Amino acid sequence: MILVQALDLGLGLLVFAVGAWTVFARGPFAATVGYVVYGLLLSLVWIRLFAVDVALTEAAIGSGVTGLLLIGAAARMRDAETTAHEKPLSGPLRLAIAALCVLVALALAAVVLLLPDNGPSLAPQSLHHLAETGLGNPVTAVLIAYRAFDTMLEKVVLVLAVVGVWSLAQDRYWGGAPGEARAERPEPTLAFLAQVLAPLGILVGVHIFWVGADEPGGAFQGGAILAAMWMIVMMARLSEAPATRARWLRLALIAGPVVFLAAGVAGAVFAGGFFAYPPGFAKPVILFIEAFMVLSIAVTLPMLVTGPPRRETRQ
Amino acid sequence: MTSATLAGLVGAALVGLGLYGLIATALPLRKILAFNLMGSGVFLVFGIVARKGAAAGLQSDPVPQAMVITGIVVAFAASALAVALVLRLFNETGGATLDPDAWAKRPPDGAESE
Amino acid sequence: MSLLVDIFSVIAISAGVFFYLAGTVGLLRFPDTLSRLHALTKADNLGLGLVVLGLLPRAGSPLAALKLLAIWALVQLASATTAQLIGRAVRRKGRVA
Repeated sequence: MILVQALDLGLGLLVFAVGAWTVFARGPFAATVGYVVYGLLLSLVWIRLFAVDVALTEAAIGSGVTGLLLIGAAARMRDAETTAHEKPLSGPLRLAIAALCVLVALALAAVVLLLPDNGPSLAPQSLHHLAETGLGNPVTAVLIAYRAFDTMLEKVVLVLAVVGVWSLAQDRYWGGAPGEARAERPEPTLAFLAQVLAPLGILVGVHIFWVGADEPGGAFQGGAILAAMWMIVMMARLSEAPATRARWLRLALIAGPVVFLAAGVAGAVFAGGFFAYPPGFAKPVILFIEAFMVLSIAVTLPMLVTGPPRRETRQ
Repeated sequence: MTSATLAGLVGAALVGLGLYGLIATALPLRKILAFNLMGSGVFLVFGIVARKGAAAGLQSDPVPQAMVITGIVVAFAASALAVALVLRLFNETGGATLDPDAWAKRPPDGAESE
Repeated sequence: MSLLVDIFSVIAISAGVFFYLAGTVGLLRFPDTLSRLHALTKADNLGLGLVVLGLLPRAGSPLAALKLLAIWALVQLASATTAQLIGRAVRRKGRVA
């Protein structure tokens, strides 16, 4: 197994090197591109940790959608004369900060090295009731069945983030649309990519959501792919972002958490406890909740990336 | 040294790196990048806890995995809000710096230019 | 029989890695963006094709083999489009970013 260990060591060093480049690169654009590469390499590390669901999420959301967000921001702020007014930090101060960070890293490393080899684990308990939920993937069971309340609150956090982003619009654009208007003659290359990739991507996204019940996948990963397809269609300017006052948009944004909460309350009424699922009927309920989660995620992520409203929609 | 321990050590190093980037760089966008770096380092430490909890035939404890998935999504939401704030700051002051003495007050543009 | 399959896989994947290495050398050594794009797209697509070819006999089922081929096709689509866009931007502005 020396070869595998060498591979792990190489991957770890590479991840750290690209991370260091992200921090120390010359310009913000280069740093952002470095971050996207870092995220993809990190997905490989997650595969080595046998956490395939997390690897999918890191590649889709951690590196993909976040990278899109940051590259867009870096491109729009490219011409800012930014640090011209700031005096750079002095040498001794930098050294002190570096010493502090090394201390934090060493403390964490000590914790990592002191972890017991077969530590406490909730894996047996997760597997114990897996058959009753009807699912085959324990991570999905944790997300939607055992700790459904946490996942519902996470969906609420996404809605709060959208509200926060929209509230940063200028007053005259409140209720308008983010992003750019649809172009009369969209750029042919990007339009070609969007037209070919979007149908395939929708298929892949729905498949990953559906197969997440039994194999690695799930609502977040599938929803992120669907969101990416909408975003590439918007980037190619084949379609434009909807006005933020549009009712269907607002309904789609809150559909996920509302259905989730309704399922929890219905559980209290029909199945004997908040977020209890009726026995024998658990899997359909879970898939029902997940479908609305996918809808909400596919609508929320592009709204977060396109940002606050910047134009009035053509009436 | 198993792959899980190595990943945990890389995670610890990334937390230190991200913390340095967060404190020492000036541009808000670079701070957001460093913050994301720190977050992913913390998730890697979660990952090693999950891997060391392998039991009952599973290769990795699913509960920390679910927490990391939740964390990645919430970190993205926080980054989106932070980026929107930075872009609004850029629109209002023409620069992207957190130094209040450097903020040149300009009247808001009549038309947004991309 | 499986030894032959293994040897085929190793040869194909090694050839693919060699092409990736060549593409990366081109990325680092070529003088300007357009020639670097040329090196990257040609060498990397061929490299990926060889790696996928080497992995095909080891796929668990015909469906998995089809998925590998689909991944290769999608990567080709994405990299071709990206190279076009970068080349267009370079021609228009003289530099990227």
